[in-house]
Amino acid sequence: MTNRYPLWKNLLILIVVLCGFYYAAPNLYAPDPALQIAGASSAQQIDERVLARAEAALTEAGIGSFGEELQNQGKSALLRLNDREQQLRAQAILARELGDGFIVALNLAPTTPDWLVDGGASPMKLGLDLSGGVHFKLEVDVAAATERKLNQYETGIQKRLREERIRGRISLDGQKVAMQFRTEADREAARREVVDLFPELFLDRVDEGETWSLYAAVTEQTIKEVVDYAVAQNLTTIRNRVNELGVSEPLVQRQGSNRIVVELPGIQDTAEAKRILGKVANLEFRLVAEANAPISERQRFEYRSADRGGMTEWLERDVIITGESVSNAQAGFDQNGQPNVSISLDGEGGMLMSRATRANIKRRMGVLFIERKYRTRYEQGESGDEVAVRIPYDEKKLLTAPVIQSALGAQFQITGLDNPAESSELALMLRAGALAAPITFVEERTVGPSLGAENIRLGMKSVQVGLALVVVFMILYYRVFGIAAVIALSGNLVLLVGIMSLLGATLTLPGIAGIVLTVGMAVDANVLIFARIREEIRSGSPPQTAITQGFDRAIVTILDANITTLIVAIILYAIGTGPIKGFAVTLSVGIITSMFSSIMGTRALVNLIYGGRRVKSLAIGGIGNKRSSTEGAPA
Amino acid sequence: MKAIPFMKWRWVAVAMSVAALLAAMGSLSVKQLNWGLDFTGGTLVEVAYSDSADLGAIRTELDREGYEGAVVVSFGTDRDVLVRLPDGYSDEQGALMVDKLRAATEMSIELRRIEFVGPQVGEELRDDGGIAMLTALGLVMLYVAFRFQIKFALGAVIALAHDVIFTLGFFSLTGLEFDLTVLAALLAVVGYSLNDTIVVSDRIRENLRKIRRASPGEVIDISLTETLGRTLVTSLTTLLVLAALALFGGEMIFGFAVALLVGVAVGTYSSMYVAATTLLQLGVSKEDVMVPEREGADQEGLMP
Repeated sequence: MTNRYPLWKNLLILIVVLCGFYYAAPNLYAPDPALQIAGASSAQQIDERVLARAEAALTEAGIGSFGEELQNQGKSALLRLNDREQQLRAQAILARELGDGFIVALNLAPTTPDWLVDGGASPMKLGLDLSGGVHFKLEVDVAAATERKLNQYETGIQKRLREERIRGRISLDGQKVAMQFRTEADREAARREVVDLFPELFLDRVDEGETWSLYAAVTEQTIKEVVDYAVAQNLTTIRNRVNELGVSEPLVQRQGSNRIVVELPGIQDTAEAKRILGKVANLEFRLVAEANAPISERQRFEYRSADRGGMTEWLERDVIITGESVSNAQAGFDQNGQPNVSISLDGEGGMLMSRATRANIKRRMGVLFIERKYRTRYEQGESGDEVAVRIPYDEKKLLTAPVIQSALGAQFQITGLDNPAESSELALMLRAGALAAPITFVEERTVGPSLGAENIRLGMKSVQVGLALVVVFMILYYRVFGIAAVIALSGNLVLLVGIMSLLGATLTLPGIAGIVLTVGMAVDANVLIFARIREEIRSGSPPQTAITQGFDRAIVTILDANITTLIVAIILYAIGTGPIKGFAVTLSVGIITSMFSSIMGTRALVNLIYGGRRVKSLAIGGIGNKRSSTEGAPA
Repeated sequence: MKAIPFMKWRWVAVAMSVAALLAAMGSLSVKQLNWGLDFTGGTLVEVAYSDSADLGAIRTELDREGYEGAVVVSFGTDRDVLVRLPDGYSDEQGALMVDKLRAATEMSIELRRIEFVGPQVGEELRDDGGIAMLTALGLVMLYVAFRFQIKFALGAVIALAHDVIFTLGFFSLTGLEFDLTVLAALLAVVGYSLNDTIVVSDRIRENLRKIRRASPGEVIDISLTETLGRTLVTSLTTLLVLAALALFGGEMIFGFAVALLVGVAVGTYSSMYVAATTLLQLGVSKEDVMVPEREGADQEGLMP
């Protein structure tokens, strides 16, 4: 008996293919158009009442909805719609009905049945080129961030030397702070002060005739830290703001050393998105007003944190400094192990701060967090339609109001915080409100929803046509073996989709192209095997031997050929961005599944057809194979 | 089966290849490539008008609005319009332009896509692409040298370079846009062409060991003849699906499909002529592939 797979091998193939079907299956269930409702602030809860209001509004407008559910412990809710055409209208209606306290986002709710969800199966995610949406790439301006740091060093050094009464000229010289002194003693004294103040600077002494120079250079390490800090700061703020945009599945990710990638599926209005992402939060430092101050000189503000909900404080109208002067805020601990926040100001801010606090020791100073927000109003447009008008306003809330213990300078601490969580929250808010590191949009790609849908349609059509052509060709050319190869190829496609879904890979247009290419190339392994089998038959081998020899001999070649292609696919993945990565993923997964399906899968099928019995000829087609060329498929 | 005397005609093939490569490199140095937005930086806007669009009117309108250097073309159908702005416009201009176009016409305009690529990104993508190509060629050469022998590796890499330069030349001559997807396709061509070359090399190695009384040239002829059927069938199935992709895949994937069509076609030729000719000229011989044979394993599956 030959060419029979042991039971376990057949079972293994069957199980793998069944798993493939199981994990590929969720892609068959078209998602429901849906709306996701979330609170504008994280404290906002969504309850049955909100849902009922939303539902009533939709019913009134004649839009059918179903399957309402609360998600994330009442942080958001999902409403499924009957008709995709009405999604945008429904969104506008709900936004209007629920008001500014809620964010209504377009969503596609998966309809994966429970028996698939239980096994962890879920449909593939669609890339922006298929779903429509915006892709931004932002870059932190390293040069500007470095320059700002240098300015900070310059003013810091200036101030310290003045305090220590060391006379010298201080200026910026490229990436260095240059200092010139009259005597060597001055320079030595200055050097000690600089080392004490900024130990991270690299110092270099140069004697130029009558002047004794000292250069303080910023090290690569410091620049890297500055950039890291700027990127981290922007990441936090952008993450917070993206939520305001009403996107169901946003992506905010650091890329490389100084880039941030933001992907917002479903967003069309890029100008709006940019305005929100780029909007500047700010800080104001003001003294807490004295009880007897006239009302015209003071203003009342609420605390921002929910713990002090409703508590207010009267502040003076005069602003000491704004967030633009804040260069850093870091949570830490003082000598006694109490949590504190260290704040660094730039030179001018430090001067203003010391002037204002010197005379006001033991008074309190309030820190205001200012955010630009929008209120929506509905007006009659020119054509009689109702248009939504967004009116910006500044929301100012109090972060903290500590007592001034001594005259403050460019560096000071806020102490007396209850716990490390409070200090890191405060530092985060201070950083978010401080002047954001200069950041620019270096790449932007917007895909409209119609183009996305068209890309899917065209992609699917290419896969179908390509597959049909290959199927017809293989069956005409290889007869029964062709049928086996085609079944294996179909299994390969199912496996490919199943693995992609399981990996949580994102399907892009080039990814679909990769699938098409896989269909064309996956049969290669079978072609190699069948060519070998034909050769064996021509050289006079009996059919069963020809099958065994054909498969065995071809395997080494197939492995070599596929591994090299895999190397190329991995390089593609490593260098590629977005859509190209999608192509690389489908190509790599396709290579691996095609090896399995065309070597093991086809073999199992061929074994089932011919294995274990006396066969006079093989229906493998081909000229010169006289014994089999005229024969049809066995029953 | 009678061997086809492939190697007898190799000088004709060499002449053809050299001529094609010279033409390609000539075009690349004179005409260069029509770099896509990904590499040049700039702004691209695609909009769909509700009816056929008047390109002339759009050009006049953009001129009036001061969009200098704007290129307006129809894209696919006469309703789809593509506007490309050179590098130097800010990232907001794309969206602004759509608003202006909307205001300038009675028809409704649907936004299809906006792409903005800053100059630094474009430059980087170009550098990364070049590095990827060289890394791919280098690693592949190492793998083939390790699995086969250095002469085979040289043959494979020369064949790959041949295919890549040819395809680049094709894009340069036809003026088709060279964007990121085309670059990906080019790397896929490397993978595909390699696949072919390895199958052929594998057979040459096997036959060098097996056929005792034949010159290397004859062995190569026999090997190429034996693998000819497979090479043609695989290329054909791949070309079939690529043709489907080029015809039905839409404008965004067209360049990708064309790059692969050209690359696969020329890759089929190069795996037979370029790789094999190089191998022959490098003086490949039995000694190069003499490894202790392990054919015993193959004998197991014989009929009882």
